[in-house]
Amino acid sequence: MAIKRNMDPKKSPMPVQDPEVRRNNFDEVALGYSYETAVNEAKRCLNCKHKPCRSACPVQIDIPAFIEKVANEDMEGAYEIISQSSSLPAVCGRVCPQENQCEGKCVRGIKGESVGIGRLERFVADWHREHCTEKPTAPESNGHKVAIIGAGPSGLTAAGDLAKLGYKVTIYEALHLAGGVLVYGIPEFRLPKAIVQKEIENLKAIGVDIETNMVIGKVLTVDELFEMGNEAVYIGSGAGLPRFMNIPGESLKGVYSANEYLTRINLMKAYKEGSKTPIKKSKNVAVVGGGNVAMDAARSAKRMGAENVYIVYRRGMEELPARKEEVEHAEEEGIIFKTLTNPIEVLGDENGEVKGMKCIEMELGEPDESGRRRPIAKENSEFVLDVDTMIMSIGTSPNPLIRSTTPGLETNRHGCIVTDGDNGLTSREGVYAGGDAVTGAATVILAMGAGKAAAKAIDEYIKSKN
Amino acid sequence: MYKIVRKESLNPTVSLMEIEAPLIAKKAEPGQFIIFRAKEDSERVPLTIADFDREKGTVTIIYQIVGGATMELDTLKEGESLQDFVGPLGQPSETDGLKKVAVVGGGVGCAIAYPIAKKLSRLGCEVHSVVGFRNKDLVILEDEFKAASTELRIMTDDGSYGTKGLVTNALEELINEGNQYDEVIAIGPLVMMKFVCLLTKKYNIKTVVSMNPIMIDGTGMCGGCRLTVGGETKFACVDGPDFDGHLVDFDEAMHRGTMYKDFEAHAREASCNLLNQEEK
Repeated sequence: MAIKRNMDPKKSPMPVQDPEVRRNNFDEVALGYSYETAVNEAKRCLNCKHKPCRSACPVQIDIPAFIEKVANEDMEGAYEIISQSSSLPAVCGRVCPQENQCEGKCVRGIKGESVGIGRLERFVADWHREHCTEKPTAPESNGHKVAIIGAGPSGLTAAGDLAKLGYKVTIYEALHLAGGVLVYGIPEFRLPKAIVQKEIENLKAIGVDIETNMVIGKVLTVDELFEMGNEAVYIGSGAGLPRFMNIPGESLKGVYSANEYLTRINLMKAYKEGSKTPIKKSKNVAVVGGGNVAMDAARSAKRMGAENVYIVYRRGMEELPARKEEVEHAEEEGIIFKTLTNPIEVLGDENGEVKGMKCIEMELGEPDESGRRRPIAKENSEFVLDVDTMIMSIGTSPNPLIRSTTPGLETNRHGCIVTDGDNGLTSREGVYAGGDAVTGAATVILAMGAGKAAAKAIDEYIKSKN
Repeated sequence: MYKIVRKESLNPTVSLMEIEAPLIAKKAEPGQFIIFRAKEDSERVPLTIADFDREKGTVTIIYQIVGGATMELDTLKEGESLQDFVGPLGQPSETDGLKKVAVVGGGVGCAIAYPIAKKLSRLGCEVHSVVGFRNKDLVILEDEFKAASTELRIMTDDGSYGTKGLVTNALEELINEGNQYDEVIAIGPLVMMKFVCLLTKKYNIKTVVSMNPIMIDGTGMCGGCRLTVGGETKFACVDGPDFDGHLVDFDEAMHRGTMYKDFEAHAREASCNLLNQEEK
């Protein structure tokens, strides 16, 4: 059916909760397209020949094909196309940095705004969840077993792809709940946990077993997973230990890692009245760092009732590594950006509680090896920021639990697992790895892409052996 | 779910639970810990392993009721199950090459000191144990310590049992009697461990302490359990929980331990009020 294209140069805007309202609740910020808006936006896609969007997608979703289905109002058809490539469409539609991936390559973006691919993906996934009652069924077993370490985006993706091929997949998760960063890290207002649970239930319905409370490297080793009859093991154990700055005062009460702060709120539900997990009631909060995790921590602190929340970042606004949309949302919610500022000491009171943060102003010098301009401290520019809570969001270093208990598993000087090329093969036969455990802290979709590539490689490896 | 196969009250505030957890029992070593959640909405709390039985597939924990989480744990009865039980976490205590050791336990810390004393004794090491309690009613594991030690000194704050005084008094006595220890292992309240370390520093005896700070995941992810050891930041969950006591910044650890004191007091109060209502 010929589609009448929508030539509006602008993307249909995403309806959102009013900033004045949302900064007091944990409900989802972005409300999602209506049916009409979705169909109308889908008609902006030119269905161009080269499909640059598709090659820019880490999991290679056939984007023009699913968008055409939306334009033709075949939502279930659109969902089928997405789910051929992605195990977690409702998640990716919400948290992918589309502006650097599919949408960044969209030809409509040359003279105007790109097609709202992420928003359409989310719409399709939500439509499916709300309208489809049919449960996915487990495919016929091929008799082979695979173990996956970590039920985060990478492990879930690998599990989904392998289960669809007939493998008996068991995921071992260290926490009491599956989802990894999707449940402990990304806040409810950006990714409702009910959506994550639904995606996980879908995986269980196709036969994936998830064993929680299993810290691999402690209760079982990788070698024992092989002894249990698994023919391959995929390590998707995530980013690991939070970094601190090693400045004086970091052990004062009121200094959190972003991981701890967010885990208390998200996984342990400290934002809910009557939660049994405590969290500090803060008035003035400094979040140190400029990535997406820093934005999540700052926006959470605001919702927890803090009056003033600062993002303290040593480079400028232009250099913030967080997604533009997250920075904009944070600004709308009243987060104060103290850029070109670096903490040098945390100040405490007589009870060991944080009472301030000594900072120094920075200026940008020549670009460093990362290509970003290097921040340099300005002499005699120290000042004290009046805060009672400090949240460190400056990255992580890899967890030693698996590498220290898996003989022959090669890691690099940072402690990340070394893999061969794009398929995730490690220095151990049959052991594959991907996601943050390999790359260091990165994005959900890159972890999913790695899980997908490894699933393919594992399938080829097991087939070649038998 | 993890079934409670045995529950026993050791004193008015301390109880023991033997829990079915075969995979953990298979790997557990003295010095390691578990994280439990009593119920689906409970807090995650670490507890050091008090004992394990590889054949039976059980792990024993001994806990003192200090806040909401342990109070909730205590509501569970024999035959019921814990929601979550994860482990064995942390590094096992080092026992290699030790020939003569003084094991010092304080209060409920004795529950963690005991399995180490037992293991050392089994390995042929000469174990002297010093255990301290506030009073006679709170004494736990006396027979067990007796069996694992060639010398046992029991101290109480009020003199209602054993000798009146602190564990450091008894330890110093033992040292002055000419006992040469390869190592002192001290497990108990932070303030006790701090003073044991000050004493052993004076006599230049290596001292290992077991730290039990606030923790969430227990696998290194949250960093809540961080301590300063020898000027470096260490995570008790992956680097410990055992550390060289002469390097630990105890004052800082004591401060950090009080982070949620108000919250805990409130939880205790709320819970007691509930119990009171039930009794009426």
